[in-house]
Amino acid sequence: MLIFEQSKPGRKTSSQMPSDAQLPHIKESLTDIPAALLRDTQPLLPEVSELQAVRHYTRLSQRNFSIDTEFYPLGSCTMKYNPRACNTLAMLPGFLNRHPFAPAALNQGFLQTLFELQEMLKAVTGMQGVSLTPMAGAQGEFAGVAMMRAYHQANNQSHRDEILVPDAAHGTNPATAIMCGYKVREIPTGADGDVDIESLRAAVGPQTAGIMLTNPSTLGVFEQRIQEIADIVHQAGGLLYYDGANLNAILGKVRPGDMGFDVIHMNLHKTFSTPHGGGGPGSGAVGVGKRLLPYLPVPLVGESDEGYRWLTESDLPQSIGRLSGFMGNAGVLLRAYIYMRMLGKDGMRRVAEYATLNANYLLVQLQKRGFDAAYPQRRASHEFIITLKKQAQQLGVNAMAFAKRLLDKGFHAPTTYFPLLVPECLLIEPTETESLEELDRFVEAMAEILIEAEQDSALVNQAPHSLPVRKLDDVRAAKSLDLVWRDKVDS
Amino acid sequence: MSNIPEELKYTETHEWIRSNSDGTLTVGITDHAQQALGDLVFVEVNAAGETLSAGDACAVVESVKAASDVYCPVAAELLESNGALEDAPELINSDPYGDGWLFKIKPADGADTSSLLNAGAYADSIAE
Repeated sequence: MLIFEQSKPGRKTSSQMPSDAQLPHIKESLTDIPAALLRDTQPLLPEVSELQAVRHYTRLSQRNFSIDTEFYPLGSCTMKYNPRACNTLAMLPGFLNRHPFAPAALNQGFLQTLFELQEMLKAVTGMQGVSLTPMAGAQGEFAGVAMMRAYHQANNQSHRDEILVPDAAHGTNPATAIMCGYKVREIPTGADGDVDIESLRAAVGPQTAGIMLTNPSTLGVFEQRIQEIADIVHQAGGLLYYDGANLNAILGKVRPGDMGFDVIHMNLHKTFSTPHGGGGPGSGAVGVGKRLLPYLPVPLVGESDEGYRWLTESDLPQSIGRLSGFMGNAGVLLRAYIYMRMLGKDGMRRVAEYATLNANYLLVQLQKRGFDAAYPQRRASHEFIITLKKQAQQLGVNAMAFAKRLLDKGFHAPTTYFPLLVPECLLIEPTETESLEELDRFVEAMAEILIEAEQDSALVNQAPHSLPVRKLDDVRAAKSLDLVWRDKVDS
Repeated sequence: MSNIPEELKYTETHEWIRSNSDGTLTVGITDHAQQALGDLVFVEVNAAGETLSAGDACAVVESVKAASDVYCPVAAELLESNGALEDAPELINSDPYGDGWLFKIKPADGADTSSLLNAGAYADSIAE
C-alpha cells in the first residue's frame, strides 16, 4: 500500500508540519521571499501520523534485498560490504562540523587525512599523483580522458582524435571518449577472452590518442598480454587509461602503474567500500603517471613545512580545472581512508586474494553441478561468467529466469546479460567477505534451480513466487514508465 | 532454431535485405537477432534522405537487455523508415521479416553487394 493511500484529510504530525493556524505567521516572517512566490495552499503530501510514516518506511526497508540481509553476488561492481567502523569514525564531530570554507590552518586534521589518502592510493596503484576531486566514477573517467587530451594538445598532437576501446569494455568507456570529443574505435576480443592483439596492432596509428582498458576485463579474466598492449599503444604515441572498475581483483598484488598505464580512475565507493547507491554519493579519484601530473584536476592537498594546504590553479597552471564545488565527496573520501587504514598493506592484499579465491571456488563448484563457464580454460579473477545458453535452448529457461528464481531462494541476483559478448550470461562476483558456508548455500541454490528447470520449467520461468512483487513486465516498464501517484478522485 | 528465409540476403551483423521490384532494398534485423535481443522497447531510424556508406550505423534498436546499432548493408540513400515501429517496436519480435521491417534504401550506383550472405552462409555464420 502506498503512503498516499493511507492518507486521511486533516491527519498530521504537528511536530513535523506547521498547522493551518501557524501558516500566516510563517508567511509574515518570510520577508526575503517575494510574495508572488509564496504558496497559499499546503503541498499535497500524504496526511498520516508519525507512527504510520515510521511503520510504512520500516516495512519498505524490510522488503529490500541488501548486502546487510542477503548474499549479493553483484559484488564490488555495485557495492561490497561496508564495515561499520568506517561509518562511525567518519561521523566524528570534528569531521562532521568542519566548514569547507574554514581556513587551512583550522583544517589540518582533515587535510592530513586527504593527503594520506592520496599517498595510499598512489602506493596501491603505482601512480605518481592522485586527485580526489571527481565526484563519481563517470566524472573520474571524464577527468582521466580530459587529461589525456590536455597532454596531447600541449605536445602539439591535437590531430590524435581516436580512442581505442575493446568490445568487452564497460559502456561508460566509449561514452566518456565521445564526451571528451574523441572518435571511438572498437577492438575485438579473442576466443580466450583477451584483447585481440593483431587487431590492436592494425588499429593503432598517428590518430591514436589512447586506449581505455579494464584489467581484469569485464569477462572476468586477467589480460595476459597487458605488457604487449602497453608497448603497442605507447609506441604509436598513445596513452593507456585504466578503468578501475575491477581494481578489487588486484589490490595489493599488481599495480596498474607497473602494467604501463598512464592514468587510472578508482571507484572509491566500490573497491574502498563506502555506502552508495541510487546515484550517489560516489568518488572517482584519478591517479596519473609522470607525464600527466601537470593536468590533474584541482584542488589537491599538498604538504609543506607550514603544514598541509590546498593546491589550486596557481600551483598547477595546466590543470584541467575543477570538477566540483570543493574537493569531492568528503564523507566518501573519509570512509575510504578509514577502510584503507584499517586494512593496511597486508589487508589490502588479502582483499584481492579472498575475492579471487571465492570467485574461483564458486566457478569450480558450479561447473561440477552442470553449469558452463564462458571461458573454461581461464582462471577467474574476482568475478566470472557462466553461460546458460544450453539451458535456454534445451530447457527453455534463460538467464533472467535463473536470476529471478534466485530471489525466491534468498539471494540477490548476479548481473544478467552483461557483458553482451556472452549469450545468456550471469556475471557472478562474491567479493572477499562471504563465508565458505554462504558460498556453498549459493551453489546449492543454483543446483536446485537447475533441477527445477529440468523438471518443471514453468516454476522457474514464473519466478519470483515468494517476494512482495511478482515477476515484473520489463517491456511495459520500459515503454510506459509511470512513477507519479495520482489520486483516483482526480483522474 | 531461428527462421532464415531462402529468398533474402544477410549480413554478418544480422541485418536481412529484401530486393524490391522497383530497385529499392528493404532492411530489417533477423529472427536470430531479435531472439538474442529479447523484447524490443524502442526503435529509432536516422532521417530519410541521408546518404550512407556500407557499414554506417543508421538505426538503433533497444530491448530490455541492450541497445544495438543497425548498419546499412550497402552504400545507399535512406528512403523511409517503418513508422509503425514507433508505437509498436514489438513487431520486430513477432514478425521480423514482415511488419517488423526497419527501413528502405536506394542503393548507390554500382553499390557493392558481393559481401552480402545468402541464407546458407548466414546460417553457418550464426551456428556454433
